[in-house]
Amino acid sequence: MRPAPLTPQMAIALPVLGAASILIAWQYLLPLLGVPAYIVPTPTAIFGVFQKNFALLIDNLRPTLIEALAGFVIGNLAAVLLAVVFVHSRILQAAYFPIVLFFNTIPILALSPIIILIFGLGMTPKIVIAAVICFFPTLVNMIRGLDSASDSEHELFRVLSATRSEIFWALRLPRALPMLFSSLRIASATAVIGAIVGEWIGSDKGLGALIIQATFNYQSDRLYAAIVLSSSLSIALFCIVVLIERRVIRY
Amino acid sequence: MPNAIEAQKLDVGYGGRQKAVKVLSGLDLTVAAGSFLSILGPSGCGKSTLLRVVADLLDPLDGTISVLGASPQTVRSRRDVGFVFQDSTLLPWRTVRDNVRLPLGVGQRSLSREIEDRSSELLELMGLGGLRERLPHQLSGGQRQRVAIARALLGEPKLLLMDEPFGALDEITRDRLNDELLTLWRRTGTTILFVTHSIAEAAYLGERVIVLAANPGRVVKDLDMRPLKQEGNRCKREDAAIVAAMAELRAALERAS
Repeated sequence: MRPAPLTPQMAIALPVLGAASILIAWQYLLPLLGVPAYIVPTPTAIFGVFQKNFALLIDNLRPTLIEALAGFVIGNLAAVLLAVVFVHSRILQAAYFPIVLFFNTIPILALSPIIILIFGLGMTPKIVIAAVICFFPTLVNMIRGLDSASDSEHELFRVLSATRSEIFWALRLPRALPMLFSSLRIASATAVIGAIVGEWIGSDKGLGALIIQATFNYQSDRLYAAIVLSSSLSIALFCIVVLIERRVIRY
Repeated sequence: MPNAIEAQKLDVGYGGRQKAVKVLSGLDLTVAAGSFLSILGPSGCGKSTLLRVVADLLDPLDGTISVLGASPQTVRSRRDVGFVFQDSTLLPWRTVRDNVRLPLGVGQRSLSREIEDRSSELLELMGLGGLRERLPHQLSGGQRQRVAIARALLGEPKLLLMDEPFGALDEITRDRLNDELLTLWRRTGTTILFVTHSIAEAAYLGERVIVLAANPGRVVKDLDMRPLKQEGNRCKREDAAIVAAMAELRAALERAS
């Protein structure tokens, strides 16, 4: 028999308690075990950085946020547009999809120096890296989504003498939205990863740069604070995507 | 008035003219305008294929077919054909009302204002008045098929093609929808081609029942039901004449399988 579902109170309380237990163990157990603070600082020390160096953190959050957001929008938009082209032209899809596939097998870390060579040291290469990292999953999902209408749905539109663009707007696109949103959820995290990776390789601003500097200077509390902030950024983007998805997809 | 359908020596198949697998072969069929034709046959006999040729969803390999006195293509572009699929094919993101109004939003020939107003009338007629803001996943199987029928009727088609529309429904719901369909047919005078697996349904609904055999599909039985029924294609399911006709159809179907 399947266990009974949790009450709503328990469903909220249990994960909070779980996180709290980990934080308490981290705060008191790790120092007891002799783990030095320059390797793993305590949660209170990390929280202290947010109070002490708030301006520094926000200054570095801003470029990463802009790069991740711009990369997210550009990468996904490009993927959606290319998917639309591909499902309407099997010839173009057959000719170019393998190349896209090959491109996707290049590790982003290997690709990043090339992108920085091309676009220099400003925000642009980071936006490009974030866009590239979002691009492929959305392209694949969007192609599948646009092709996911059933045969009888297509027959229905043909009986109604619908034009190609009517079929696109009234059938293919709404059919593709659930799959598009599932890749946007993934992209909300990977866009931040892309921006940070770009900042690692060539930047003195942004959370990625802060992570590198803090590591080299053994400022591990600052390093951990930057990590917490970048993960919060991903979570915020993810939540925005989910909120939009709930408004758009009602069924 | 021209016949609703005139088909001569119709060959239909899949996979190109040379190596085609023939689904229908040498099919001759004439259907009078305004009549109700039931089509029975074993799986793979080409019942659905026949409907698809009439609806211009599929081109015949050979032979001629005219629908309402014109080519299937002309008739489709005039929006004179309604199609009801086995799965209701409702768009899950549209409400009941918006699904019924789908034909208003698409197609080269936009429908008139008058027909637009018909959507609420049709919803009432199909017993869907209280459900117009529901989404398809909130409906029962019978309600979904009612919506699909209302959508097919919105453009006031002269010809209604139904491909096992009630195949997935329970028997009580199916019987009720059969009666509703007959009422609609009497009111609208639309020609109906109704494909089904059920002998009882075919006999109860049709003014005429044809049985197709498989490999390749052809007409092996053509039964006029009108002498067995009362005025307006009315009968009771348990009438002796209907039961006898069902036995006759069953025998033909067994030979055809």
